[in-house]
Amino acid sequence: MSNWIIETENLGKKYCLRHGGAGHGYVTLREAMIHALKRISRPLRFQDAASEDFWALNDLSFRVKPGETVAIIGRNGAGKSTLLKILSRITEPTVGRVRLKGRVSSLLEVGTGFHPELTGRENIYLNGTILGMTKREVDRKFDAILDFAGVQKFVDTPVKHFSSGMQVRLAFAVAAYLEPEILIIDEVLAVGDAVFQKKCLGKMQDVAADGRTVLFVSHDLAAVEKLCSRAILLEGGRCRADGPTSQTIAQYQATILEAASLDLATRKDRRGSGLVRFVRVEILDENCKEQGVVLSGRPLRVRLHYRAAGGKTLENCRVSVTFNGWGKMYFVTSTELVNEDCLNLVPEGFIDCIIDELPLSLGTYYLGLYVDVNGDVQDWLDSAATLLVEDGNFYGTGRDYPTGGAGATVLVRHRWQVPTTASMELPR
Amino acid sequence: MDELIIEAGRIERQYWTDLWRYRELFYFLAWRDLLVRYKQTVIGIAWALLRPLLVMLVFTVVFSRIAKLPSEGTAPYSLLVFAGMLPWQFFASSLTESSNSLISNVNLVSKIYFPRLIVPASSIITSFVDFLISFAILLVLMARYHYVPSWRLVLLPAFIALAVGLAIGVGVWLCALNVKYRDFRYVVPFIVQFGLYVSPVGFSSSVVPPKWRLLYSLNPMVGIIDGFRWTLIRGEAGLYWPSVVCSAGLTAVLCLAGIWYFRKTERVFADII
Repeated sequence: MSNWIIETENLGKKYCLRHGGAGHGYVTLREAMIHALKRISRPLRFQDAASEDFWALNDLSFRVKPGETVAIIGRNGAGKSTLLKILSRITEPTVGRVRLKGRVSSLLEVGTGFHPELTGRENIYLNGTILGMTKREVDRKFDAILDFAGVQKFVDTPVKHFSSGMQVRLAFAVAAYLEPEILIIDEVLAVGDAVFQKKCLGKMQDVAADGRTVLFVSHDLAAVEKLCSRAILLEGGRCRADGPTSQTIAQYQATILEAASLDLATRKDRRGSGLVRFVRVEILDENCKEQGVVLSGRPLRVRLHYRAAGGKTLENCRVSVTFNGWGKMYFVTSTELVNEDCLNLVPEGFIDCIIDELPLSLGTYYLGLYVDVNGDVQDWLDSAATLLVEDGNFYGTGRDYPTGGAGATVLVRHRWQVPTTASMELPR
Repeated sequence: MDELIIEAGRIERQYWTDLWRYRELFYFLAWRDLLVRYKQTVIGIAWALLRPLLVMLVFTVVFSRIAKLPSEGTAPYSLLVFAGMLPWQFFASSLTESSNSLISNVNLVSKIYFPRLIVPASSIITSFVDFLISFAILLVLMARYHYVPSWRLVLLPAFIALAVGLAIGVGVWLCALNVKYRDFRYVVPFIVQFGLYVSPVGFSSSVVPPKWRLLYSLNPMVGIIDGFRWTLIRGEAGLYWPSVVCSAGLTAVLCLAGIWYFRKTERVFADII
């Protein structure tokens, strides 16, 4: 028997990006008809100028031995999700081939197919089947699943009455008892409370200890380090590093810092008269340690290095940083908003913008920088730095955004209140 | 040990074996839809009983009392309406359900592999159960009128099969188009509403002038509805067979073309949904 269980050969996946569209994959009938009409009227120009090929995965080859636990890491858009989708057969590769020896279960989301109206019992059966178990298997494992989730009392209650923590526990419990030869997991540890996360990690270690193969994609580098013996770093759809976990993680952090520390001074696409220029941005934590990735809800320090032309001290300066997603601004921090007076800046140095609790959810954000002196714009840059944010359990519930609101969401501390019974009584 | 190979165009080749392998998922999805349907509606099954009765009442009043259209043979007009409404309601609700099925199961499609054909196909089951409930009502009505159907009743399953085939055929078409063109969902209610007027639901198709009859039969529901009436009601007028042949042929074509188109677009569903 050959000594591998997963093999990918020159795997590639091409997506067609459409520019100027609404940004989603589908088209509307109206658009399609207009497009067809245009084609008829101009038959020679069939090349659609507004689309562009994009290789989400490119020439990826690796092998995994039975019993290995391999982590796939990389920045957002490095091709991790695409790889998982191909391995779990949700989408087909454009070129290349994957060979899997053994039963595969992929867990790209906890609780896929859970229906709020159905009871715990019904959902266990439904979810089990969706994940690839037969009814008989579910019958056999039913009690163990219930036990692991710890929701025995509510087995005949509709899931909509469950707390979010209970739903996650139930969903993970179903998945934990899949017993496949190859288990593909995406980010499931990002949910649930700390105790349950620990339980899940333990379960996954058991799975690995049983000699089964685990492919694990996560942003949680601590979990990756604990669970996996080997890690593959993807970048731009290619394999950038493949080796022992600690080595790959070190390389990952190095690449992120390298990309972020590009010299701003050489940028040409800036506005303002240039009395003072931003030259570098650093993303730091509360201890002024440089960070490749920051967590939502944690302290953040954005350090803006600047240099004044002619070495003059600058008076009456106002500085602001905007936090943007694709084409929209989420919020702005500005000296004008929080400081009573304008700043006086030494000729060369840095200024820190400190956010006690980063209110952004998982996603990639771009920082825009702005400085004016006496009201005249001196330097104004878009996308001066990239801010990679990972889920950091902002609300302490394991969720940073509601279902369907994933990514690029501003997190705001808030609470809900239901009137007490006394105040709800109707006036007589 | 079974080895799974993933490469471009591979899923295409093992499609039908996969479809068989995932049959349990089909049952469970259908079971889920049924459970949810009868749990969610406040009056549950009562709704399934009430709806056909109300439609029958309105159609009987409008077409028999007001428009004074003739019934077939000795059958009460309400039975005539009901027999035509059975396949129509099934077809219409199948179309609505299956055209939306993939969109409403987007979390499954983007997270789990299975032959996507399972989704629209299993969504038709709910409509079929509604159909069976309506059918039970028809039997009760017939008993009340002391109306006994003839030997032709044995042919009813053939027409039911035809209705199911047509529902699947058109359903998967709409389902695939709905994923691809997101504004297609506005077209579906129109098709259903339009179809009701051009199908002989509230009236017998014998009121259509003979020279238009063949043209009228191009609507595949005409043959099916005529067939239902013919098997359920003892009319003197025989069945207009060309319309049955026509709808059988159209059903076959729509079904094959629908599945072909569905599979053609299926590969990219997860990428565009």
